[in-house]
Amino acid sequence: MQLALVHARYQLLEIIRIPVAVVGSAFFPAAAMIFFVVPFTGDDAVGATFATASMITFSVMSANIFQYGVGVAEDRDQPWNPYTRTLPAGPAPRFAGRVLAGLALTYLSLIPVVVIGATLTPARVTPLAFLVTAVTVAVISVPFTLMGLAIGYSLPSKAAVVVAQVVFLPLAFGGGLLSAPGDAPGFIETIAPYLPTRGAAELMWSAVGDYRIEPLALIMLGVWVVLLASLAAWAYRRDEGRRFS
Amino acid sequence: MTLARADQASRRYGDVLALDRVDLEVRAGELVGLLGPNGAGKSTLMNLLVGLRRPSSGRVELFGRDPRDPASRRQIGVTPQETGLPGTLRVGEVVDFVSAHYPDPVPRGELLDRFGLGDLARRQTGGLSGGQRRRLAVALAFVGRPRLVLLDEPTTGLDVEARHTLWDAIRAFHSDGGTVLLSSHYLEEVEALAHRVVVIGQGRVLADDTVEAVRGIVGVRRVSLVADELPELPGVVRAERVDGRLHLLTTDADELVRALVGSRAAFADLEVRPTSLEEAFLAITSGTGSQEQAHVAAQSAPEDPAPAAAGGRPTTL
Repeated sequence: MQLALVHARYQLLEIIRIPVAVVGSAFFPAAAMIFFVVPFTGDDAVGATFATASMITFSVMSANIFQYGVGVAEDRDQPWNPYTRTLPAGPAPRFAGRVLAGLALTYLSLIPVVVIGATLTPARVTPLAFLVTAVTVAVISVPFTLMGLAIGYSLPSKAAVVVAQVVFLPLAFGGGLLSAPGDAPGFIETIAPYLPTRGAAELMWSAVGDYRIEPLALIMLGVWVVLLASLAAWAYRRDEGRRFS
Repeated sequence: MTLARADQASRRYGDVLALDRVDLEVRAGELVGLLGPNGAGKSTLMNLLVGLRRPSSGRVELFGRDPRDPASRRQIGVTPQETGLPGTLRVGEVVDFVSAHYPDPVPRGELLDRFGLGDLARRQTGGLSGGQRRRLAVALAFVGRPRLVLLDEPTTGLDVEARHTLWDAIRAFHSDGGTVLLSSHYLEEVEALAHRVVVIGQGRVLADDTVEAVRGIVGVRRVSLVADELPELPGVVRAERVDGRLHLLTTDADELVRALVGSRAAFADLEVRPTSLEEAFLAITSGTGSQEQAHVAAQSAPEDPAPAAAGGRPTTL
């Protein structure tokens, strides 16, 4: 555990030394917030709160898919990674450290969205709901972390960048993150429950306000978690087998 | 006491047999050089010994345990490839990171001073010169006060001065009782450091002996000349005719030239060149398998026609 923290600390250091990377993961959701949410909320506090929660979901998704998908793929190219496995620790602390660092960066990338939501829109949550939402963020990180790991462990870094970019937009639009709950164009409402983004968004909506979760979306989210976990585990084992067996 | 051991260890990558039933024992206090051309299997053997890879068959052990068990690696030190240092981390941070894995690490300042990096603790590793990075990489092997360090090509690509700094550090560690297994494709490096040399070629141990004995095997020179007929000459390991020139590989070029001149045979355009390690290995490994046999084969050449060459005349040696 001690070592996992050490690994997390140095991975964060490595990322923070290239501030553009951090700014990048926070930029897209913040920009989406400014263009798609701020101009349309007016003084509708409830709508603004839900929209902000959607953007947070969006942010969590893009932060995780990118940092795991691209980060893991890049790490696999570096000889430093096999070196750390000759230290008397094995792969577990590095893996745990990566997940801790990933979670920390996810929270970091949410700050602009939350600030914009609080200052430029009438979005409001109670302190308790804020805490519940913060915890929910960690929960909905799970499917997207797994998706990023599956991409990162199965593809070379150049392909991982492309795939991460290709999957995250359809997931965002298709899951209805850019519309108010229940207010997306018809075909999106039809497909949304089957995408992991929707289940995640519904959890977030119910955390920030009065929203009844659609069971189908939640069941599908569970299916996705199982599916992505198996995919990530398969890719991880295959990669381990190639490089360390 | 044996610190590292390979027992009939083989390693296969797909169709390629990278290591073929290798036996190796590194005992406490030894400084062993692992010598071989690129692609001989040195790195594969190192990877097995540090637990990065599993042998396809046979066994490897560190301190009597499986190297893949992290606890067995507590008393070893390994060098990352120089290109693998995380570029954005500072020198001091990289040392601290590795230190965190050991119960009683060498203090950072002391370690950096020992490798001439004392002034660079605050520099990012991406900004170091190749030599500085290499020294840092080797320094990391010594952070955890290891009993055994495994250095894979520690000085490849270094200038002379940087190489000597590293050699001094390795010697100092050894004279304090440390054990070293170091791979290299430079005979010179192994000669400068090691007491015992294990020669690896095509995945097999070809020789395991003192530096002097191995130098005799691989210190082969190439004597080439233009000549039609030559008398029998001493110390020829291998002979071949290429484009009209006769190439003789020999362990004692002085004696061969003396005998050549003494025989009053007609020849022209004499050249004596050191062979690369690859050539020497090829000479002792190809076909016949051992030096003695190669020697006999070369000396029995008079009855054999030389390989077809310009003129096609039979040549005797």
